[in-house]
Amino acid sequence: MPDTTQPIRFGSNAGQPVSRRDGIAKVTGAAPFAADNQPDNLLHAVYAPAAIARGRVTHLDVAAARAHPGVTHVFTPANRPALEGDPDDKPTMFSFRVEVLQDDTVRYAGQPIALVLAETLEAAHEGVRLLAPRYDMEPSRVTLDDATPFDVEPGGFGRPAATVHGDVEAGHAAAARAIDVTYETAAQYHNAMETHAIVAQWDGDRLHLDVPTQALNISCAAYAAFFGIPAENVTISSPYLGGGFGSKAIPIGPNVLAILAARAMGRPVKLMLTRQQMFGPVGHRGATRQRLRLGTDAAGALTVIDHDGLSATSTFDDFMEPAANASQGLYAAGALRSTHRGVRLDIGTPGPMRAPGEASGSAALECALDEMAEAAGLDPLDFRLINYAETEPGTGKPYTSKALRECYAQGAERFGWAGRPLAPGQMRDEQGMLTGWGMGTALFPCPMFFAEARATLRPDGTALFETSAADMGQGAWTSLAQIAADSLGLPLEKVEFHAGHSSLPDGGVAGGSGHTATAGTALHTAGIDVVRQLGEIASADPDSPLHGAGNARFVAHDGRLWIEGDDQRSDAIEEIVMRAGGVEITGQGQGGRPQEVGETYAMNAHGAVFAEVKVDPDLGQVRVSRLVGAFAAGRIINPKLVESQLMGGMIWGLGFALHEKASHDPATGRILNADLAGYHVPVNADVQGLEVITVHEDDPHVNPLGIKGVGEIGIVGTVGAIGNAIWHATGKRIRHFPIGIPDLLG
Amino acid sequence: MSLSITLTLNGATRAVALDDMRVTLLDLLRERLAMPGTKKGCDRGQCGACTVLVNGKRVNSCLTLAATLDGAEITTIEGLAKGEALHPVQEAFIKADGFQCGYCTPGQIMSAVGLIAEGRAGDDPERIREGMSGNICRCAAYHGITRAVQEATRRMAEEQKGDAA
Repeated sequence: MPDTTQPIRFGSNAGQPVSRRDGIAKVTGAAPFAADNQPDNLLHAVYAPAAIARGRVTHLDVAAARAHPGVTHVFTPANRPALEGDPDDKPTMFSFRVEVLQDDTVRYAGQPIALVLAETLEAAHEGVRLLAPRYDMEPSRVTLDDATPFDVEPGGFGRPAATVHGDVEAGHAAAARAIDVTYETAAQYHNAMETHAIVAQWDGDRLHLDVPTQALNISCAAYAAFFGIPAENVTISSPYLGGGFGSKAIPIGPNVLAILAARAMGRPVKLMLTRQQMFGPVGHRGATRQRLRLGTDAAGALTVIDHDGLSATSTFDDFMEPAANASQGLYAAGALRSTHRGVRLDIGTPGPMRAPGEASGSAALECALDEMAEAAGLDPLDFRLINYAETEPGTGKPYTSKALRECYAQGAERFGWAGRPLAPGQMRDEQGMLTGWGMGTALFPCPMFFAEARATLRPDGTALFETSAADMGQGAWTSLAQIAADSLGLPLEKVEFHAGHSSLPDGGVAGGSGHTATAGTALHTAGIDVVRQLGEIASADPDSPLHGAGNARFVAHDGRLWIEGDDQRSDAIEEIVMRAGGVEITGQGQGGRPQEVGETYAMNAHGAVFAEVKVDPDLGQVRVSRLVGAFAAGRIINPKLVESQLMGGMIWGLGFALHEKASHDPATGRILNADLAGYHVPVNADVQGLEVITVHEDDPHVNPLGIKGVGEIGIVGTVGAIGNAIWHATGKRIRHFPIGIPDLLG
Repeated sequence: MSLSITLTLNGATRAVALDDMRVTLLDLLRERLAMPGTKKGCDRGQCGACTVLVNGKRVNSCLTLAATLDGAEITTIEGLAKGEALHPVQEAFIKADGFQCGYCTPGQIMSAVGLIAEGRAGDDPERIREGMSGNICRCAAYHGITRAVQEATRRMAEEQKGDAA
């Protein structure tokens, strides 16, 4: 195993704002997404979604659907072929219980209740309509008040443990000033532009899937488990995901149904969810109600942050948004407590959605911080600086790096924060709009998963790098290739990069903002494994200037192999390979984090977001006129792509603050606005002045590449910043998200 | 019931036999004519992912029944580049990083081509943002999209001037 403990700092490709390598494919329509696949003899599948949230399906007009020209088959719980796996089993870490027509019970609106197969898409849709389901409906529980909360039993993913540091009661008692406020966040749905889609093809007991997934190899294992075949019998092709945001890490019931149908019919089956079906069996960000009790001493130092979260989950599985955890790790309070309770509702199981926990928790925390600052008569930024954590609050662990102070300073400078009036309602623009400024701190942890990669140096001086990485828009096709090229000291154009297929070495998970760090480290170590072998060959070769170098550490750059720290001796890589008989040299690499690093250090990306809003005093309409985000996230591999990703995250924050909310019909429990006309996400006109600053940060500990990840942090501080700006504009403290016109009228 | 229509699709005229009057232009392209570059995002005219040009105007192909298009001239994302040479809007999207996942991109680009042809936005970012708001990008690459449309507008105007001179 190559030595990966030395930090790598100076690459010629990494750090460059390279345009996306998949750019031409994407702007010409040539990039293949799952539903673009059209194998011969294809059947189209469409499922019928439950129109109620709780009860039983009592009737489906299967005969009418079957009679429709083109419809070939209708699966219901009465005739659904057997599955080898139990739909209540959870074969992988990203598995949830799925609905695959196991019975006639309806557990939430949008649950699949029948599957129609047809020769054409039109016939399949009409077949679903003709099923005309009837139900025995029970009263549904769809709001946080509809069921009794329970204490969360800790159990990893989606079941957050209570965390307490210090003496919380003493912290409350010591407070010279205190606030006790409750914030609510709405249920939100990922709504990637590409709805979930699958094309399933069987060949004997081998299964091929074209399906977008953020975790190719784990998904192979998960789908294999349903069908009683070994994971290696499943291949997944997922070169492009049309957005993921957490939703496409999870194996979903509709995909299982499509695979089952393909096996039963002996034909390839394509199933693509409708937009309306994206509100149901594919996860979402569960609603929360969060109580925050904060106290400060007379000087404004926090004596306590006491954060309790109530999170919605389904009646049959657990994913409690770990919102209160956002209060850990950020401010140097004397005592910290994060607790969670759950409430079981007749909804699809929530799941991870971009910045799970952090987004919802930070929204409440950052607004509560502002309320505390107001109570203390302090500027919100000064208040945060008074409570700046030099080591991780509670644990006292040192940070691997933390340039948050610089984020505050650079963000505030660019925004023009100085001179902000303390009191709200003081600023109007030339059109008479109430104008307000708010800010929020952003934090996102730096998890690493596990990944493997292979590097092959070819005799012609080009290299092939392979790992089953997933690109859902974050830019893996480009930034991972940059990392790979640097490991061999090659220009980017000499590197061929294969990803997005499960037959490649396991690229791990595109999630948790950890994919570039994890898969990147695997690629990097594969490259230096090749360098090590080149060194061995050269060292043993009497004709090489490196002959006899022995155990020296080698580095590759400018097409040559060098002894590290010795700029006198080198050999051309092509000549080393040529003299060795023109062989291909293959290296293996792994990405992961040694356990002791996590035990020693606290690791987070940080940021500061500043927002300006304009509120129409007559109409209550809110516009975010400016957003400035300054982020420190370790080493930036591709500044062009990173800026795009951080901006995208900040716009998600805008959507969280002002737009996104799924509303349920109290009569049926069905989501009333389950489409893009009713469920609002930001559009282009919502985005005015938007600026991202990446603050330099050199991190020698987080991983050998110094990468922290940027996929999620953009959303984190932004929500609170906008909420706080609205208060500053209007004097109205709205304690729920999204904040809408009715909240600000009158 | 079946119907035969004639379309000019990316410059090539072709007869299309329709055996189903429910087929939308979007599903005709994707499922029947093996042209999946045009994307389905909502099938309800709410997201713009399926935008194509019909007789030079941008339309949501998911809301357009194929049977209504006899004699129409249709341009899709596959027909924009001239061989290897990208259309200025395509080039500008790459340069300004006007996309991330790329799924809404064919619709964004066709919408941008349509918007520029309408000539109502010019290179004013506020008008471009408004004119492009029928095309949702969940990755929220809006900043890059706006810059790309600005840049392509300017470049196309310059090229036109050059052609005129």
